[in-house]
Amino acid sequence: MSEAGATAAHDAHAEHHELGFIRTYIFSTDHKMIGRQFIFASILMLIVGGLLAMMMRWELAWPETPVPFTSWISEPFMYPADEDSTVGAVEGLSEYVDPYPGANFAKSLGSVGGAHMDPAFYNSVFTMHATIMIFFVVMPFMVGGFGNYLIPLMIGAGDMAFPVLNMLSFWTAVPATIMIVYSFFVEGGAAAGGWTMYATLSADPTLSGVDTGADLWVISLLILGVSSLMGAINYITTVVNMRAPGMTWFRMPLVIWSLFVTAILLLLALPVLTAALGMLLFDRTMGTSFFMPGGGGEPILWQHLFWFFGHPEVYILVLPAMGVTSDILSTFSRKPIFGYKAMAFSMIALAFLSWIVWGHHMFVSGMNPVLGTAFMLTTMVIAVPSAIKTFNWLGTLWGGNIRFTSPMLFALGFVSNFVIGGLSGIYMASTPVDIFIHDTYFIVAHFHYVVAGIIFGMFAALYYWFPKIFGRMMNETLGKVHFALTYIFFNLAFFPMHFLGVGGHMRRIYNPLQYEFLHDLQWWNVFITMSAFCLGLSQLIFFANFIWSLIAGKKADKNPWEANTLEWTAPSPPGHGNFETTPTVYRGPYEYSSPLVKEDWLPQDRKLGPEAVTASH
Amino acid sequence: MPRGSVLAAGLPASQPPTHDTPETLVAVPGHGGGPPPPSIPRPPVSNARMGMLMLIGAETMFFAGLIGAYVVFRFGSPVWPSGHLYLPVGITWVNTGFLLFSCYTMWRAMRCIQADQQQPFVRWLAITALLGSIFLGVQGFEWVQLVHDGLTISAGMYGATFYTLIGCHGLHVLAAVLWLGVVLFQARLGKFSQQHAIGVEICSMYWYYVGAVWVVLFPLVYLN
Repeated sequence: MSEAGATAAHDAHAEHHELGFIRTYIFSTDHKMIGRQFIFASILMLIVGGLLAMMMRWELAWPETPVPFTSWISEPFMYPADEDSTVGAVEGLSEYVDPYPGANFAKSLGSVGGAHMDPAFYNSVFTMHATIMIFFVVMPFMVGGFGNYLIPLMIGAGDMAFPVLNMLSFWTAVPATIMIVYSFFVEGGAAAGGWTMYATLSADPTLSGVDTGADLWVISLLILGVSSLMGAINYITTVVNMRAPGMTWFRMPLVIWSLFVTAILLLLALPVLTAALGMLLFDRTMGTSFFMPGGGGEPILWQHLFWFFGHPEVYILVLPAMGVTSDILSTFSRKPIFGYKAMAFSMIALAFLSWIVWGHHMFVSGMNPVLGTAFMLTTMVIAVPSAIKTFNWLGTLWGGNIRFTSPMLFALGFVSNFVIGGLSGIYMASTPVDIFIHDTYFIVAHFHYVVAGIIFGMFAALYYWFPKIFGRMMNETLGKVHFALTYIFFNLAFFPMHFLGVGGHMRRIYNPLQYEFLHDLQWWNVFITMSAFCLGLSQLIFFANFIWSLIAGKKADKNPWEANTLEWTAPSPPGHGNFETTPTVYRGPYEYSSPLVKEDWLPQDRKLGPEAVTASH
Repeated sequence: MPRGSVLAAGLPASQPPTHDTPETLVAVPGHGGGPPPPSIPRPPVSNARMGMLMLIGAETMFFAGLIGAYVVFRFGSPVWPSGHLYLPVGITWVNTGFLLFSCYTMWRAMRCIQADQQQPFVRWLAITALLGSIFLGVQGFEWVQLVHDGLTISAGMYGATFYTLIGCHGLHVLAAVLWLGVVLFQARLGKFSQQHAIGVEICSMYWYYVGAVWVVLFPLVYLN
């Protein structure tokens, strides 16, 4: 955009400054409002997804005992505890429950509005937990929320390239979200085929016992695909065309690089899911049999199409968290990021590799073993760019003047979880090992370290940009307490799942005590559940801090973290059109502790006089 | 570490501050780093055109998914087409001609607006829309015949892939025709000119794309 064009655009913004309530808060075309809408919507869904996880954990620790606070859920999902119901009752259950710690706790709490969970409802719960967390929490939070908020601000643009498309992107995500929540309330309940919806379980309604709910699941994701497509087109165009003068590709903050690469993955991966979902919907409603062997279909084709989308999806989820982490680690180490270009190129490499590894999800699906070996090799190669990123993060910290603020702590937490999740990924990637641990709690541990670990990136982003987004500071002490508890209980909840997995504990089972060989491991299930409850309760600190800071937090300065990137040169929160004048960029985003200036930060848009340059010699 | 090399390419001795290696610093009067260009020139590809290119990229992945499934089923079946059913190849050859000719008329319309010739521009657009509608009409007629002959979407893998693949393309043609209808309406009101033709330009990009997809689908599905 030329400077004249930018000024004209800014004037145009100034003209209709007085927008009504609806245009400002509901059908807004301002990327900052749309970003906030996505953030709030995904936080609401985070609560839903989190509570579903709690229900699952209860069931796993104390199988078939009444789940507290659930008696309001109607039959056939939950059965009243006092009724002498025979729903999946196991003979002599108490003999296995009572010896373990927490049994009394479970019994007394279970009497508070407790109800028995139907085994089929358990399938819906884990299916919807994953679906909501992936598609309605992490994606809208990081890509929809922070992607929207940060891209124009950090590249020095007044708004997105297509503001109306941006608004439509949010308002198509809303019906998709409503639909997925509503699917709990239709007859038969929500989709119960697992979030991967493997055929034939998903393709034939009679197999999972869920009819309308699964149709709603498919339609909801089809609509969400349209929303993401609009977002991706917007992000890519904005990054390519709308950068401020001087903002070259290699002066862009890494979080913008990560969102740019993510948008390309979204653009190209989601349509493949759309095609597969379309065929699945036809199988379910029109009588085709694309994925039904009875009519000549191929159940494995669904897996290929799903994972061809699904593996890029993993990087859609994790790349923005990597970008956020890079920015925050550099800012609070007061050092330039170590190996900027290597960081950018390793993200591109990850994005490329994510297209050729999907078969590693299917090692035990009956694939040709030669193909399995090929996928094993490409998967192992992912370790290279991942290790480049990890070591560059460590290199950034090395010798830095580290400030342990809450965003910094969460960013460090993300790195540590990513390392554990990455290392357990190597086990899963080796076919001989995977055959043993496939579909056990080992994979549950692995993907929670990676994907649930992204929540540390989300919190880092929220604590870091909260002052910019809402104009107020969050409470630092509460933030640190929140981090400490989240970090401890996250690891206590997810690390023991590795042990369960190696012990042979299958994923997605309703009652582990039905298996003789899992009885000795039940102690771990109780331990994990206790930790998971503590993890959930720790988030109350966050919600208290978040809401209190929104209303009564300390007013934030323009640049409370003394950071370099362009969004910190705009007011907190920025007005309509973002910048008073279009910024001009003179340098990269990570010039911390520069000898050119006496402060230890040097904003991207600051023009230095000749004396500053001479002084450094 | 950005070195500003892109900007500094034409400006010798203007390294940005790289304090981790201070010995490379070269004083640049007036700037603390690589000087920004006076202004970034207009982007080589405009926003609207780039947005359309990306939509086309996404659509290509969508069709790639469907075509991939088609190829799996077609080359995995012992008998194809199943049963006694044969698609009306002759009439579809003619229909293909209509669609390809509509791409030519669209191209003529674009040439006219680039030369600011309003009357022929509107005429060529109208012909394009008409040809697109004929394509849809013929295809609809074909479908009615096929269903009458017993080829339904649930009649087996052959029907399922046929209707899914050709139906998705048909929906894209329908969308393109509807869009072109709006563009045609605007064109009659004189909304477009040599300088302001982006609205019709991105519509034409989509039109060519829909034609190009047919060039892939027609031999794949109809010509055995």
